[in-house]
Amino acid sequence: MSIPANLKYSDSHEWARRESDGTVTVGITHHAQDLLGDLVFVETPALGRKLNKGEECGVVESVKAASDIYAPISGEVVAVNGDLESAPEKINESAYDAWMFRLKPSNAAELEALLDAAAYQKLIEAEAH
Amino acid sequence: MPFIPHTEEDIRAMCAAIGVADVEQLFDEIPQTLKSDGLAGIPAGMSEMQVTRLMHERARLDRTLLNFIGAGAYEHHIPAAVWQVATRGEFYSAYTPYQAEASQGTLQLLYEYQSMLASLTGLDVTNASLYDGATALAEAVLMAVRLHKSARRVLIPAGVNPAYRRVVASIVSNQRIELIEVPYSAADGRVTIEALESAGQLDFAALVVAQPNFFGVLETVNALTDWAHSRGALTIACVNPTALALLKSPGEWGGHGADIAVGEGQPLGVPLANGGPYFGFMACKQALVRQMPGRIVGATVDVDGKRGYTLTLQAREQHIRRSKATSNICTNQGLAVTAATIYLAMLGAQGLKNVAAQSHANTLALLQRVTRIRGVRQAFSAPVFHEAVIRLPRPVAKVLADMRSRGILGGHDVSRDYPELGAALLVCATETKTESDLDAYAAALATAAKA
Repeated sequence: MSIPANLKYSDSHEWARRESDGTVTVGITHHAQDLLGDLVFVETPALGRKLNKGEECGVVESVKAASDIYAPISGEVVAVNGDLESAPEKINESAYDAWMFRLKPSNAAELEALLDAAAYQKLIEAEAH
Repeated sequence: MPFIPHTEEDIRAMCAAIGVADVEQLFDEIPQTLKSDGLAGIPAGMSEMQVTRLMHERARLDRTLLNFIGAGAYEHHIPAAVWQVATRGEFYSAYTPYQAEASQGTLQLLYEYQSMLASLTGLDVTNASLYDGATALAEAVLMAVRLHKSARRVLIPAGVNPAYRRVVASIVSNQRIELIEVPYSAADGRVTIEALESAGQLDFAALVVAQPNFFGVLETVNALTDWAHSRGALTIACVNPTALALLKSPGEWGGHGADIAVGEGQPLGVPLANGGPYFGFMACKQALVRQMPGRIVGATVDVDGKRGYTLTLQAREQHIRRSKATSNICTNQGLAVTAATIYLAMLGAQGLKNVAAQSHANTLALLQRVTRIRGVRQAFSAPVFHEAVIRLPRPVAKVLADMRSRGILGGHDVSRDYPELGAALLVCATETKTESDLDAYAAALATAAKA
C-alpha cells in the first residue's frame, strides 16, 4: 500500500502536503480511494471558504458509497482542482497527484500535529482489525 | 390481502425461543413515561359482523355531490383501464421493490414515468416520485439550501398553497432554514417584483414560484425566475401537472429555466380519496441531480447488450448514507405513480392538452355565469387556469351550506387562510363538468348568495 513519506495524514484518510508558497495541498489517500472503489463524482469546497480543522468540506462518491471529505487543518480554500469534476477517476489512478484543494493555513502547528506515514500505516492496520 | 394471524401458541413459542416472557418485554427499552395507556376517544373493539353493519349504515349516508372544490386536489375523469391495469398483481405495490433489478417491469414503468415527467416539466431529470406535493416542495427547499451552500433563507409567496407552506415550515424550520413570506398583490393575486425586492433584501437560496398559484392565478413566471437568478438564487417551480400540458414548462421559464420543479401528481389518474394516497413529483436540471432526493431509475444494457433498467445514483440514499442521505422521508408512492403513468400513456400529449383546455374553458364559462349574480365578482384580475377566487355578498360558510343542501359542493372557503379577502370562495370546474352542471352551480349560488 502506497503511503509517501513526505506527506502528512489525517485519521479521516486525507493527505496534506506543504507547498513552497506556504499553502497546503489536500487529497484523499490511496487507501481511501481503494475502500471507496471507482469514483464517479467529486465535490470540492468553494474557493474562499474558511474551514476549521475537521469540518466537512466536500464529498467523494463512488458507485457504492458517498463519503465526506474533512479539512485536515484549518485555513482558507485558495485553489480547487477543477479537473476532478469531469475526471474523478484520476483519484483512483493516482491518489497523491489528484489533489482536491489547497488551503492557506490559519494555524501552522496543525499540520505538524497530523500523522506521519508510519503512524498512518499503523492506523490503517488498526482499522483493518 | 392475505390475513395470517399468529396464534397464542405461535407467540408463546417465539417468545420462548428468544427467551422473553411475553411480547410486552420486547418494548422494555421504551421508558414507562413515554408509553401511552390507551388512546382517549377510541372505543373498545367490535366484532367483524358489527363493524360490517356499522360501515354499511355509514355508507348509506354518503351522497354523490356535484363537486366544484379544487384547492390542490382535482377531480378529473380517469379512464377505467387505468386502475384495471394498475391493480394487476404484477404492479400492485406501493413500493419500488427492494431487489429492484429483479423487477424489470416495475423499473421500466418508473423509467417511462420519469421520461414523461421530464417532458412535462421541461427539465433533464426526475425521480421516481415523492410522498406528495407538499413534502416534495419541502424537499425542494432543502435541496436548494444544500446547493446554495451559503444562504439558509427561502422566499415563499403567500399565494403558494397554505397547506404546502405549513408542511414546508414543519419540515425545514428545525434545520435552521428561514422561510420569508412574500405578499401577493391585492389587485391581481400575483407576486410582484416590488414585493420580492422588499422580501429579498438579505441573501436567500431560492424563490418558490407556484404556477398556477393557490388562487388559480397565473404568475409572471419568466420575470420571477429571472429575478431570482439575478440574485444568485435558485427558482423552485411548484406546478400543476395538468396545466403543464398548455403552459410553458418550468425548464423554459425566463432566460435559464427554473432549477427544480415539484408538484402534486394526484390530477394524473389518482382519484380524490380523503386526502390520499397521492404522490409528489420532482424534476431538476442535470447539474443538480446529485442533490435530488429519492430513487432514480436509469436505463442501461446487460452483458448481452440488451436494454435493461437499474436504480442509479444510490450512493446518497438513506440505505447507504444513513443520516447524511439527501432525504430520509422520500417514501415512494409506487402504486399512484403506476396509475399516473398509465393515465398519461392512455391520454397521450394531445389528450392531456384536451383535459387542460376543457378544464380552463369550463372555469371561464363558470366565472362568466357567476359574476352575473348580484354581489358576486372575481377577486383578482389576472388570468386563471382552472380555478378562481370569487367574492360573495354573504359569509362563505352559509353560502356553502345552502349549496350543499342542493347537492353541490360549492368550492373551498379561503377566508380561513386569507381573512383579508373577506367572504371569498375558491372554485374549480374541471373537464368533468357539463354545461348543465355549470348552470346548476350558477342557479344554486344565485339563491344561496341572496338568502
